Amino acid sequence: MNLNALWEYANPLKFMRTTERVLPYVAVAAVVCLVVGLVWGFFFTPDDYRQGSTVKIFYIHVPSAMMAINIWAMMLITSLVWIVRRHHVSALAARAAAPVGAVMTLIALATGAIWGQPMWGTWWAWDPRLTSFLILFLFYLGYIALWEAIENDDTAADLTAVLCLVGSVFALLSRYAVNFWNQGLHQGASLSLDKQENVADVFWYPALVSIAGFVLLFIALVIIRTNTEIRARRMRALLARERLG
Amino acid sequence: MRDLRLAMRAGGGFGLGLAFFLIVVTLVPFGVGPETGLLARIAPGILWLGALLACLLSLDRILALDWEDGSLDLLATSPLPLEGIVTMKALAHWITTGLPLVIASPLFGVLMSLPEAGYAPLVLSLLLGTPALSVIGTFGAALTVGIKRGGLLLSLLVLPLYVPTLIFGAEMARRGAEGTATSTPMLMLAGISAGVIALLPFASGAVLRVNLR
Repeated sequence: MNLNALWEYANPLKFMRTTERVLPYVAVAAVVCLVVGLVWGFFFTPDDYRQGSTVKIFYIHVPSAMMAINIWAMMLITSLVWIVRRHHVSALAARAAAPVGAVMTLIALATGAIWGQPMWGTWWAWDPRLTSFLILFLFYLGYIALWEAIENDDTAADLTAVLCLVGSVFALLSRYAVNFWNQGLHQGASLSLDKQENVADVFWYPALVSIAGFVLLFIALVIIRTNTEIRARRMRALLARERLG
Repeated sequence: MRDLRLAMRAGGGFGLGLAFFLIVVTLVPFGVGPETGLLARIAPGILWLGALLACLLSLDRILALDWEDGSLDLLATSPLPLEGIVTMKALAHWITTGLPLVIASPLFGVLMSLPEAGYAPLVLSLLLGTPALSVIGTFGAALTVGIKRGGLLLSLLVLPLYVPTLIFGAEMARRGAEGTATSTPMLMLAGISAGVIALLPFASGAVLRVNLR
């Protein structure tokens, strides 16, 4: 595939036309994957021999935690594209992704707390992973607040893009700094592509399906939010022109 | 250029951070009780937190006044690059808030009944860490300079950025107070400060350029 063809979607019209066509399929697939993955995970997998049925929150917790980090990475990439190539769609996509990412972070924190209460005996511990997620959540909040606070769209896009870049460095730094500061209570990664000893297949497949569901849901939401923002901007431009004319 | 800036700053706000620091240190024993052992245990953390908050308090003064009266536009059109101006702003902020805190911190250590071994690490950690706080704060100030009443937003943006500095700074002071080796957090702290001073002015300069557009 010719990679240059990708830049055609920098044209808002082309982006909207294509995404509108894709959106129904993505949305339906997201719903199907989420329903299948979660129902499968909740009702058709055995209980863990030590954790009992609490292990089932894993089908929400792990995908949302993965998304929380990956959405920030996606925002970083789109911010870079905005800074380098100044495609508005890119900046708008970053803006559209931020609240979704914040909610994912919140879901990961909340489900983790709900799981932690019976398992660790506490809702919250100042564990490196938990702490860095809380910091990530603060970064999301700051990013969204900065977007909201600035009236001029291009200025806001520039400033938030720089914030995203600087924030990424500091988020990584914090991630390792908190490791230094406190030893962990949280278990290691339960899913990875290169490791042999993953969780057992009975848990693995439904988890995979719900991860796919979360990814598709995110894509659908970003498409909707980006297109809404493009339309809103177009409407503002039309109104401004009408007032002048 | 630099002297002018310092002279300008010296007029107001010099003692503000220090006064805030004093208030924090005075109020903490009222909150947690006057036991020497307890105070000694939390002293490094409280002193670092006090320094950080005192620093945060004065951040919006770094650029806001110059922004309002238009002297920032003048500075931007001067031959000095914006990155240099931002660095000087951060330096001025450090000299007016960070440095007094570093100098006064042994005194506040006495108030917090800090163990004797902890003084040198505390002063050293503040000396290494407060420049990073000023530089990061200047970045935050540059981001929010165009926003009216941006103080709360500034805090929200800057606080997560302060986390690594605070962790290593407080850790170094704590280890010093306990009498264990401080070299690892010290090196990390120095690394953060050096990296931030070297790189962040470019981000601050870029952001300021956008805001002045």
